[in-house]
Amino acid sequence: MHDTPDIADRRDAVCVIGAGASGLAAIKNLREHGFAVDCYERETSVGGAWNWRHDRSPVYSATHLISSRPLTEFPDFPMPDSWPDYPHHSQLLSYLERYAKHFGLADAIWFGTEVVSCVPVGDGRWDVTTHSTGGGSSRVQRYAAVVVANGHNWAPAKPEIPGEFRGTVIHSAQYKDPAQLRNRKVLVIGGGNTGCDLAVEAAQQATTVWHSTRRGYWYAPKYVFGRPADQVNDRLLKWRLPLRLRQWLYRRTLALTTGDLTRFGLRAPDHRPYESHPIVNSQLPYYLGHGRIKPVPDVTRYADGKVELADGRRIEPDLVITATGYLPRFEFLAPELLDCADDWRPDLHLHAFARKHPTLAVVGLLQPDAGLLPLAHWQSVAVARWLRLRQDDPVRAAAVQQKESARPVRGWSRRQVVPTRRHWFEVDHVDYLKAVDGLLREMEPVK
Amino acid sequence: MSDRLLRFDDWISPVPPVEREVVSRLVEGEGDQPPLLFVPGPRHGAWAFAERWLGHAAQRGFPAYALTPREKGDLRAHVHDVVQVAASLPKQAVLIGHGEGATVVAQALGRYPARAAVLAAPAPSRWAAFKTNPLGTLPAVFGGRLRLNRRQLFSAELPADEADAYLKRMTFRRPTNRKSKTRPVGDPPVLVVGSPDDRIVPRKTLDRTATEYGGAPLLFPGMGHDLMLDAGWAEPLDAILDWLTKEISAAS
Repeated sequence: MHDTPDIADRRDAVCVIGAGASGLAAIKNLREHGFAVDCYERETSVGGAWNWRHDRSPVYSATHLISSRPLTEFPDFPMPDSWPDYPHHSQLLSYLERYAKHFGLADAIWFGTEVVSCVPVGDGRWDVTTHSTGGGSSRVQRYAAVVVANGHNWAPAKPEIPGEFRGTVIHSAQYKDPAQLRNRKVLVIGGGNTGCDLAVEAAQQATTVWHSTRRGYWYAPKYVFGRPADQVNDRLLKWRLPLRLRQWLYRRTLALTTGDLTRFGLRAPDHRPYESHPIVNSQLPYYLGHGRIKPVPDVTRYADGKVELADGRRIEPDLVITATGYLPRFEFLAPELLDCADDWRPDLHLHAFARKHPTLAVVGLLQPDAGLLPLAHWQSVAVARWLRLRQDDPVRAAAVQQKESARPVRGWSRRQVVPTRRHWFEVDHVDYLKAVDGLLREMEPVK
Repeated sequence: MSDRLLRFDDWISPVPPVEREVVSRLVEGEGDQPPLLFVPGPRHGAWAFAERWLGHAAQRGFPAYALTPREKGDLRAHVHDVVQVAASLPKQAVLIGHGEGATVVAQALGRYPARAAVLAAPAPSRWAAFKTNPLGTLPAVFGGRLRLNRRQLFSAELPADEADAYLKRMTFRRPTNRKSKTRPVGDPPVLVVGSPDDRIVPRKTLDRTATEYGGAPLLFPGMGHDLMLDAGWAEPLDAILDWLTKEISAAS
């Protein structure tokens, strides 16, 4: 169907960008709501970040989940219950591949095809320009809506460290295999989950390991009372214990399990529990206790080929790994479409719906204190139901939009967190799901 | 508060895994038809479907599976097992529950977007069972086992020795508790089948269940409760598969 010679009109079809976990959930749920879907994926296979074959994948050989299986699986497609509590990244990939096959999603996906731009053409419709990653001419197609699921853990955020360094500096995205660490003197920068994982890996491989963190954190173990820690935590949430009480219990539990880490030279946290993204690592304290990991403060500069620390000390690693996280990137969208600030921080309703463009949504742009997949699933259900309602009952859709615009941000966004980039999309999984549930109820089909 | 999004039960205390018995009759090659997953009530095992229905369904091009309910499981555990097996199949599955298995399937539909679903002789009534077999049912009223007899499960056309052989393979225990109705996810087509002469599922139940899903029951007069074993077992299955074929071609 061509209404102009250049632009193929896909009419009511929805364009999904990316075939990772969030993109796959979006395809499935949009189709379940009766939409035709074209999904564009720059790689030649599904799985996004979880597919280690992809050049943008951040996983390394020892990556395991840090949220336990029941809190990580799609709510309508459970992982095999014979799998471990914390599956390996290769299991997650096979899970996503099976999900795609089970629901027959592959025939909606255009592999090896990159989205170059999405431009609104009025009336809520979008012109999407794509081109083959293998080269070739580009194509423009018109869609009724665009759902962005391009992930937010692939564009490395690299710290600016002034000065000259003699050794090698890599971002954690380039770390794949423990062999890279063997018999080297390694400095790991960053106290996030990746930074801690890498410090532990280095402790097993390298000759010397320094771990540089800017502040003290709450390092939670993977197991508490013999249960995965997130499952224990959710029991407190089920009982609806107030935050203060949960914070007190958190401190007590950590004091009784991990114990006081300042003894090893780590700084005490400068914030209360639940005020930063959870760090889950049982092995870090172990290797601190063995003296294999030497905690050090922030890096200020490179000087004379060495690394200078905030306390004035100089250390001489031959490999520096910056585990400093990733930035969201939406190169195919004009920044104002997502109400982005100068630093590409989008401002979206529920971190998902563009405020001025009702047919533009982002799925999976969250940092929950649980697995992302359940949240991405319900986000995409909400997006699909919203698009369906907008088409079937514009009057009611307008009413829902009106009501949603009054929903207080505090209801779904993490109230109090350390104000850094890594907490841009921080949400409490329970609060967030409650908010999405509220939206879903408003859009419930009338019987 | 909705337990649809906030699944504290599953997050806090996941159902313990067990070895599940799944019997299958497969189709050669990768056919177009969706896999069928048959779910018996706790009285029967997968064998009840393996006897007749699985083979016949496979012959008609549907890869067919049947699950034996775990021992000593509650409704939540049975639902968990059905969803686990369904998700392990290569394609989106059709769930077919019989008797109390239909109750399990109705719950599982809230957890897994089935391709379609069939509730066969759903939700046996203890009262109806009591009227036709008071002695066997009485213990169940006090939390004991529910024992059913040949006349309640089969029509007179099934030879008595065959029926008794089936009865011997059944295990009778406490019926699972009902739960409130769950709305299916993914809006699958749902068919209710049964027999007006079923002695433990009243005709009213069939009508009511079918109405809940916006349809009318498909009836097979003269048959007993165990549609998959009774004389004339092919008729309801063929009707189910015809319905399924029609629904699938309508959707594509």
